[in-house]
Amino acid sequence: MKIHEYQAKEIFRKYHVPVPDGHVAFNPDEAVSVAKSLDAQIYVVKAQIHAGGRGKGGGVKIAKSLDEVRSLAEAMLGMTLVTHQTGPGGKEVQRILVEQGVDIKRELYVGIVLDRQAGKDVFMVSTEGGVEIEKVAAETPEKIIKEWVEPGLGLQTFQARKLAYALGLEGNQVRSAVKFFHALYNAYSASDASLAEINPLVVTGGGDVMALDAKMNFDDNALFRHKDIMELRDLSEEEPSEIEATKHNLNYIKLDGNVGCMVNGAGLAMATMDIIKLHGGEPANFLDVGGVANAETVANGFRIIMNDPNVKAVLINIFGGIVRCDRVAQGVIDALNLVKVNVPLVVRLEGTNAREAAELLENSNLDFLVANSLEDAAQKVTTAIKE
Amino acid sequence: MSILVSNDTRLIVQGITGGEGSFHTQQMIEYGTRVVAGVTPGKGGQKTEHGVPIFNTVSEAKAVTNANTSVIFVPPPFAADAIMEATDAGLDLVICITEGIPVQDMVKVKTYMADRKTRLVGPNCPGVISPGKAKIGIMPGFIHKEGRVGVISRSGTLTYEAVHQLTTRNIGQSTCIGVGGDPVNGTNFIDLLEMFQNDPNTDAVVLIGEIGGTAEEEAAAWAQAHFTKPIVAFIAGQTAPPGRRMGHAGAIISGGKGTAEDKVKALRDAGIIVSDSPATIGELIEKALQD
Repeated sequence: MKIHEYQAKEIFRKYHVPVPDGHVAFNPDEAVSVAKSLDAQIYVVKAQIHAGGRGKGGGVKIAKSLDEVRSLAEAMLGMTLVTHQTGPGGKEVQRILVEQGVDIKRELYVGIVLDRQAGKDVFMVSTEGGVEIEKVAAETPEKIIKEWVEPGLGLQTFQARKLAYALGLEGNQVRSAVKFFHALYNAYSASDASLAEINPLVVTGGGDVMALDAKMNFDDNALFRHKDIMELRDLSEEEPSEIEATKHNLNYIKLDGNVGCMVNGAGLAMATMDIIKLHGGEPANFLDVGGVANAETVANGFRIIMNDPNVKAVLINIFGGIVRCDRVAQGVIDALNLVKVNVPLVVRLEGTNAREAAELLENSNLDFLVANSLEDAAQKVTTAIKE
Repeated sequence: MSILVSNDTRLIVQGITGGEGSFHTQQMIEYGTRVVAGVTPGKGGQKTEHGVPIFNTVSEAKAVTNANTSVIFVPPPFAADAIMEATDAGLDLVICITEGIPVQDMVKVKTYMADRKTRLVGPNCPGVISPGKAKIGIMPGFIHKEGRVGVISRSGTLTYEAVHQLTTRNIGQSTCIGVGGDPVNGTNFIDLLEMFQNDPNTDAVVLIGEIGGTAEEEAAAWAQAHFTKPIVAFIAGQTAPPGRRMGHAGAIISGGKGTAEDKVKALRDAGIIVSDSPATIGELIEKALQD
């Protein structure tokens, strides 16, 4: 799960990670009253969307007066912000963060993620702050310094010191950074985060180390033990059809193609998308209906797929193991009585009771194409699109 | 022969009284797996509907029944604890089916298991089957056939699809293992390739990977140096968008890493046969076995 910058900063404050003073605002009046409450001469107004690269897209502006805060807030709220992470459609700005301006001496980078290969969290720092870290990693990987955190023991002080010195910090800045890194690791680990990233991490004119930006992602599997974090979810940042799917325990991701697909199991769902592409089609979605493919789940799947106006054909691919194909077939037939599917539908059922399932489908008098292999299914559905 | 599970497997089911645990215990017994004990804390001393004795702890179950393997159907919040309990009891193998374990729990489990002898398969996996000998997990037994091809996969139903393609070509399997779809797991591709290399009754291997992480790249490098039998690989998620979790917690392209393209390239560079389509895995194995 992703959250906004201002929410990440609130979590940081809770764990004593230094951040600039500031608060979220939903309208220009709020923005001005937030600015008034800050002890600052210069203000920063930042668009809050779940995407990076906001500065380049015009989503981060400096204001030198309360009037300027108001006019920036008026311009920013409601605008569509396009960054390299939003896609060409951009995202509408509905919240802004108003902060005190900070006297920046240096811009650095710090991030914590899970290193899957090592099975440990890894701290990464770089002196190349303020730029895209993926670019630094690709072009000058030696500029990213890493420390692996021993599970159960947490970040050790010598490690925090090594990171601080690697950043070229000196004197009191080192002490300030060590404290900062410990606090950041606490925030990350106590909230079951999957990512904590600060870009830029700044050294202020006064020698303090501070998180100018804040990004946190969380492990969806651990949200059950973090009700407070779950409440930070901003549904307006998510695809409505995906939210709808979650309500029905379906795993759905919307894509840009025109072949809708409904599959049981994540791996097979990805493979089905791949074979559609291989036959010249473009998948409209990823949809894993899970282990229970009954009339209700199939009907819900149909509703979500058919809500996408791009869908010109649908492929159902179920490999019945424990779930019997004849039951799935009956589910498909019943679902078609509940939901109107007005595009070509290709059904491929394989596994337990596949033959009985094929008979049920053939005898149902409903209008769909039955495929007898994965290859055949992909061919039939992509041909249907072209017709 | 086979790897990991065989006729010698004596199985404990952790979470045997839950819905999933109970259902799959029945399926495993019907397949011929020797289920010798169940563990559900608080229900020790009773017997399940299948007639399997229930114990409160794994160590007690092991002491009484001489079990060597366990399979876990415990819900996500308690699954990491269950894996560590089985490890503490000194079992040879633990297979964790549970999906949805917090990744930080698995980080702790991995550290706990590092200097202990127990091997973990999973979590978030279909389990392990040595056709004709023992089935431990949730895969449909009947699609398998005893034979000489090993199958390794990060997926569930996609593995069944591949196995189905083998069986319908009359190509049997020595052992099929789902390593699971989570970012941090136990046994990896390399561990299994090493076992298959040493198994005289495995002639070839199907390796099914997917986007996310670098397990396939590492397996490719290892196989190039150490593996002498043919491998046919397939990588799922060639059309998956970056930054989105494709069902499995581990199936995500992040920071430009873990793309299908990179994995396919690494595998091909290592001389491994890669199937572009999920429908041609069986065909390519058949061809590889003939060559």
